[in-house]
Amino acid sequence: MKLLDSTDSGNSSSIERTQYPYVTGTSVIGIKYKDGILMAADMGASYGSTLRYKSVERVKPVGKHSLIGASGEISDFQEILRSLDELILYDNMWDDGNSLGPKEVHNYLTRMMYNRRNKFDPLWNSLVLGGVKNGQKYLGMVSMIGVHFEDNHVATGFGNHLARPILRDEWHENLTFEDGVKLLEKCMRVLLYRDRSAVNKLQIAKITEEGVTVSQPYALKTFWNFNAFQNPTAGAEGSW
Amino acid sequence: MSKGEVDYVPARGGFSFDLCRRNEMLLNKGLKPSTGNEFNFWKIPSYCTWDGVILGADTRATEGPIVADKNCEKIHYMAPNIYCCGAGTAADTEAVTDTISSQLKLHRYHTARESRVVTALTLLKSHLFRYQGHVSAALVLGGVDVTGPHLHTIYPHGSTDSLPFATMGSGSLAAMAVFESKYHEGLSRDEGVKLVCEAICSGIFNDLGSGSNVDICVITKGQKEYLRNHLLPNPRTYISSKGYSFTKKTAVVVAEVLLTKITPLKQLVEVIEGGEAMEE
Repeated sequence: MKLLDSTDSGNSSSIERTQYPYVTGTSVIGIKYKDGILMAADMGASYGSTLRYKSVERVKPVGKHSLIGASGEISDFQEILRSLDELILYDNMWDDGNSLGPKEVHNYLTRMMYNRRNKFDPLWNSLVLGGVKNGQKYLGMVSMIGVHFEDNHVATGFGNHLARPILRDEWHENLTFEDGVKLLEKCMRVLLYRDRSAVNKLQIAKITEEGVTVSQPYALKTFWNFNAFQNPTAGAEGSW
Repeated sequence: MSKGEVDYVPARGGFSFDLCRRNEMLLNKGLKPSTGNEFNFWKIPSYCTWDGVILGADTRATEGPIVADKNCEKIHYMAPNIYCCGAGTAADTEAVTDTISSQLKLHRYHTARESRVVTALTLLKSHLFRYQGHVSAALVLGGVDVTGPHLHTIYPHGSTDSLPFATMGSGSLAAMAVFESKYHEGLSRDEGVKLVCEAICSGIFNDLGSGSNVDICVITKGQKEYLRNHLLPNPRTYISSKGYSFTKKTAVVVAEVLLTKITPLKQLVEVIEGGEAMEE
């Protein structure tokens, strides 16, 4: 759809707006744990119903204190990373001993997403922003229309429906690193079973006061040996 | 033995008595008729682990954004050994399960045997397919028959699945998240009931279309337990500890209604025997 931009008086140049996403990543899950933030995302990017890319890093560090994870259009995510790079660069150039923390980056992203949405040209992403600064843990989320909030556990995309019930039940304050990873893996396994655009190759990223670690990609174990799967038409040949 | 030509008249509904003559002939030849009281008896070996089906449902019926019924029954009776949970349009689930339940009963009288789950499955599936998805009933059918325990899901367009665990409805993703992370084989009856309760509670608290209480139905070989309102996780928040009393005015109105006298009317209609037939 091509529309005239109202600021272009007389010039009938057509402006294109993002109508629908093309290459998309699926859910991202983030939780607060004892020492900081844990974030998990798989490495797949789908082109419609084709699984086109299988090594896309959807969780990236931002500055010294934050991690960003994105689901949705990958090109918009790359654009966001470029803007954040510029932001962090300018902040470093001040050289004043202070650096942007997760709360500030979250606010910057919120303003960016909301402004784009007001111009009917959204960045088609749901972002998870987590970090630790001066001992304070922060975990927040921004959606493509600018809805933003801060919570102890967040999930985007399909994770909203499948992971959030598990996190609400089983998250508690002061999870250890192992328990946090186990909880994230439990959610990612359910997503792997029940989300059609999920891939069995995920990365878990950790951020603490010391810094960021993004794990190597690995796969989850799945179980398919239920008795009912072995012979589903027992007793009723011809049905399925 | 020559048989005369019989004009074929197509059935116009009601009962079909086609086989009566054949049954009579068989009786004359000495066949013992099956009465409705014969059932096969099975011994349950004591070394078996618990084997059966557990169905669970919430109790909220919604009309758009409004809760129309906060304590409805979603686990429908199909046969003494088969129960069916229904999600979707309430009228459709009720009507479809009632229809198939009565068809199953007639079939039980006809064959003098316990109903099988696959029978109910096929009847439901063909009914829903015939209506091409317009009967908006998504069902979870479970039961135990002579061939063992069975669990099936039936979608509104008529496709079915046989699964170890299944969820349907708006809260299905929240409940499925619990099943996928916690289900394993070899669950005992109490563990199974607890898992189903957890899944339904996950739907109740994380999905807006589900709410109120948890109903459970446990079906094993030869017996079923229908636990209506097994869990009530949403009690009334504020209840006055002093109880509730009514003012004297309300008491007077109630008494007046109870004391009303009823006078019978005189019969003014005369019945005439053998009048003329009405004109058509």
